[in-house]
Amino acid sequence: MTDQTAPDALTQKLLQRAAPGRAEFEDLVIVPIFAVIAALILGALVMLATAVDLPTIGQSYVALIRGSVGSLNAVSETLTAAAPLVLAGLGLALGFRAGLFNIGAEGQIVIGGLVAVIVGFSVTGLPFALHLPLALLAGAAAGAFYASIAGWLRATTGAHEVITTIMLNLISYRILDYVLRQPFIQREGRADPISQSVLETAQLPQLLTWIDPNLRVHAGVFLVLGAVALAHWLLFRSKIGFEFRASGKNPDAARYAGIRASLIIIAAMASAGAMAGLAGANQVLGVLDRATPGFSAGIGFDAISVALLGRSHPVGVLFAGLLFGALEAGGRQMQVDAGVSIDLIGIIQALIIVFIAAPLLVRAIFPWGFRKSRQERGA
Amino acid sequence: MSQTRSFFKGFAIAAAFLIGSSAAASAFTACQITDVGGIDDNSFNQTAWKGIQDAEAQLGVQSRFLESQAETDYMPNINSLLGGECDLIFTVGFLFGDATKQAAEANPDQKFSIVDFAYDPAIPNVAGQLFATDEAAFLAGYLAAGMTETGIIGTFGGINIPPVTIFMDGFVRGANHYNARNGTDVSVLGWNVDSREGLFTNNFESLDDGRAFAQNLYDEGADIILPVAGPVGLGSATLADELGRDSLKIIGVDADLYFTDPEKRHVYLTSILKRMDSTVFQVIEAAINDTFEGGTIIGTLENSGVDLAPFHDMDALVSDDLKAEIETIRQAIIDGTISVSG
Repeated sequence: MTDQTAPDALTQKLLQRAAPGRAEFEDLVIVPIFAVIAALILGALVMLATAVDLPTIGQSYVALIRGSVGSLNAVSETLTAAAPLVLAGLGLALGFRAGLFNIGAEGQIVIGGLVAVIVGFSVTGLPFALHLPLALLAGAAAGAFYASIAGWLRATTGAHEVITTIMLNLISYRILDYVLRQPFIQREGRADPISQSVLETAQLPQLLTWIDPNLRVHAGVFLVLGAVALAHWLLFRSKIGFEFRASGKNPDAARYAGIRASLIIIAAMASAGAMAGLAGANQVLGVLDRATPGFSAGIGFDAISVALLGRSHPVGVLFAGLLFGALEAGGRQMQVDAGVSIDLIGIIQALIIVFIAAPLLVRAIFPWGFRKSRQERGA
Repeated sequence: MSQTRSFFKGFAIAAAFLIGSSAAASAFTACQITDVGGIDDNSFNQTAWKGIQDAEAQLGVQSRFLESQAETDYMPNINSLLGGECDLIFTVGFLFGDATKQAAEANPDQKFSIVDFAYDPAIPNVAGQLFATDEAAFLAGYLAAGMTETGIIGTFGGINIPPVTIFMDGFVRGANHYNARNGTDVSVLGWNVDSREGLFTNNFESLDDGRAFAQNLYDEGADIILPVAGPVGLGSATLADELGRDSLKIIGVDADLYFTDPEKRHVYLTSILKRMDSTVFQVIEAAINDTFEGGTIIGTLENSGVDLAPFHDMDALVSDDLKAEIETIRQAIIDGTISVSG
């Protein structure tokens, strides 16, 4: 409104400032929005094809919204589901920016969560203000260490990180199985792999239990916001972040500019692993209070989609993680209200990624909202 | 004017909603949350679900289910049914123990029933369902020991938890009983009753694991295998199907796999039935009649809570002597003259 009444010169100036961001804006906002819409439409077609009738499809999308943002409990569930996705997604985004396609978030979550749990129950006598940060840091450090193995292999031997991180994932599952069975870790009286419970002083406190004891949202949301800010600073304000991005854009140019490639690879993997380790710590200290073989629950793989959907931008990752969290919480409600299979949510998530990965396809299907050409922009 | 009209319109809609929801709430609704195997696992979760469906058909209750995809889903799945209109929530599986306890204590007015778990002390709004599965597994072990041609039978489990290992305990002890009685030396691979160690896939999902573990046992000479891992056993059945039932037979668990896995029905020697459908039905019936109480229901051979399925197509392969012996042992277990717990 105001810029219409402002002097012409100012408008021009504002437009000029906005213009370079226009393509980015289309990429970051409009493409994802249309991708979600296209995925929901295709999801409805999939439901139709599997003999779900129209009213049920409508009902299920209403349930999707109701279950994700329709009530306090829904929002709480969305945030709880989104927190680890954002944390792990941030880590992956850092790696992607540095040109490293890290598939190992799952393993880093496992190792980070495992170490956080061990610190959470074995260190006694510390006050909350020390114990919780210690457990979180231990998780982050363990994740960083585990990820830097792949970084080190890449830097010294050239072993591709896609292969090594996938293999490290498999190793992490077996490490988890083994460690959870050790007598000083395993819960007393149980023969299956399950850890002792995290002490109260190391738990991320639940925030809204005073309203309703079933609200699970916990202090991890602050951890997430802090991590987004940290990742943003690291990536765009720090020297090492610049080196990450330079190496990612053009490794050769970066090397000629005096950036030490091997150091950057290891540092990028370590910071990615630290974030994933935090995601694991967030799960065991905030949601589960213990570790079991399945606690990572594929978050590390979903986080790859989150990082891609967020275009490897910390704020984008935050919103992408929230969307995935909402889909998870809402998908549960779809099952409850409409009896639609939870597998369908997986299909919709996958469709969103497909559309995001093919922005040209989205532009072709939805011509609105995109600037057609430079001539039109001038007009 | 128009504002008041739209207000009334809104009021009417709200009232309609209220009436609608109260009408829906008057029907009894039973809800089930499955473990990661899923509602159609041909075995564990499906048998419990059958109990709810039976109640739907016979008692006119309504039903809903939610599938867990990972252990992290337990708590949120319970939560999302709390807001709903479930009169009774069934959590199916030992691994739900912690989550169910937490939810039941936070929501004392909500009735729960958990399969394969019991609380001590009992929680007033949770009915636990336990099964003396070792009684039926004892019969299966005896049968397998009597049927094997290689003198080696095998078993493997999903996760090393009591409701799984109780099958393996009974199976091994039944085979040992056969050895003691007939002077044979049939060995059971995959489970050591004393050290509590054995073969475990560490999941209840992977059909590949089911195939691989059965292959390993087969390579070691086993010709009858008892997989105790829900749908994982379907992978073992595939292997038996390829090898032929003369080389490898499978013993099903939970449901009668002859019916729930009809494509490979010919590989199942029998199944160890864990009649969760009947206990689930009982709990629903009790809740409708206001006789629901917290505590533990135990399914045994005596009350048909556990049983051995018929041999179906393999009936002719089982000798009449063996059938008679199994019948005698069944009676002895019910009378208490044979102890299945070692």
